[in-house]
Amino acid sequence: MDWTVIAEYMPLFREAAFLTVRLGLTGIAIAIAVGIACAVVLYYRIPVLKTLVSFYIELSRNTPLLVQLFFIYYGLPKIGISTNPVVCGISGLAFLGGSYMCEAFRSGLEAIPPIQSESAESLGMSRLQVMRYVIFPQALSISVPALMANVIFLMKETSIFSAVSIMDLMFTAKDLIGLYYRTTESLFLLVVFYLIILLPISILGSLLERRLRYAGFGA
Amino acid sequence: MPDLGLNVLLKGKNMQRLLSGLWTAMRISLIAVAISMPLGILLGVLMTKKNPVVRAVLRVYLEFIRIMPQMVLLFLVFFGTTGAFGWNLSGELSSIIVFSLWGTAEMSDLVRGALISIPKHQYESSEALGLSRSQTFAYVIIPQTVRRLIPLSINLITRMIKTTSLVLMIGVVEVLKVAQQIIEANRMASPNAAFGIYLTVFLLYFIVCWPISMLARRLEKKWKD
Repeated sequence: MDWTVIAEYMPLFREAAFLTVRLGLTGIAIAIAVGIACAVVLYYRIPVLKTLVSFYIELSRNTPLLVQLFFIYYGLPKIGISTNPVVCGISGLAFLGGSYMCEAFRSGLEAIPPIQSESAESLGMSRLQVMRYVIFPQALSISVPALMANVIFLMKETSIFSAVSIMDLMFTAKDLIGLYYRTTESLFLLVVFYLIILLPISILGSLLERRLRYAGFGA
Repeated sequence: MPDLGLNVLLKGKNMQRLLSGLWTAMRISLIAVAISMPLGILLGVLMTKKNPVVRAVLRVYLEFIRIMPQMVLLFLVFFGTTGAFGWNLSGELSSIIVFSLWGTAEMSDLVRGALISIPKHQYESSEALGLSRSQTFAYVIIPQTVRRLIPLSINLITRMIKTTSLVLMIGVVEVLKVAQQIIEANRMASPNAAFGIYLTVFLLYFIVCWPISMLARRLEKKWKD
């Protein structure tokens, strides 16, 4: 391993890492929003929407992200919906992540006993208030472990973005291997940078889990 | 209405080629599943043992494999072994190695989780009833563990099938690569074929994975205590 080469490649990988994190976080944020919306639809059993959401969940959970990205990036422009790589990556991640997030929130919502919403209603709260102040906070603390697992999973999935020519960590590594045959150094930096991104999330996950465990009432 | 790929798909042996590409990906995942299930069970049982050295070694292996994106692992084995040891592994062999390593790690974690989720009083009650240690395992612990484990491992199989789509990136000719070739070959005649062909690949994966997921969910519901 040649350390001068590593020093030389470092800035390239740092840029790529920032891009990976930025795209990943954007995609995850949208996935969480989609997940909450879908979970609420399923929780209240809203007709029609409920069927659509279940259909979406099955489609998104049973297909690989790479295939989803190829379809979005190369297939959709043929019927007039063109995207650039970044939008494609983010929307692919959100499409995949939405269903996983929905499952996380739904199991949280379903874990809240009906007596909670009944009591809140008898206190004169509106349906929205019941959701906002009673059900959702408790459900969220139950969902946190699954939520964090999904965040790590989706952050890892961003490595696929290189397939639609986004210049992320994977792309940079592959490029440098192909151009200069600096395999060992490129792979070393690739692993190090993924560890820098993923380890803190993993540690944060276990910290959060410990802290939120007692938030549920009487649980 | 321009052709969106249906004609191309029906032309010649294109559909057959697509399916054989799918089979290449499936074969890799099935071999990896066959290797990682028994190994994962073995490692999972080892992890519940008290020996600190064994546990530390297994833990490092498990955490590293699970935190790295599978694509990075593929690159490490495919390009890394060439750089470090001069091996020239084929794409298919590299992917079998990677998915076996990864599957073993995930499976061992599932096994460990299922084993430690059996409450202590199950062991104590069987002992109080006069069952020997092997009887305890055969009649009390293993049946309960297996019920928790089977739906989770079926889910792991669908995850492994989905993840094998990545082998495209190290040059294995699987279903997406075949799709690319078909689209390229027909670029002049039907420039819009990408839509239909990639949609077909999408649906093929869905047709493979969906029944397996449904089975896992049904078993999970059925065996819920």
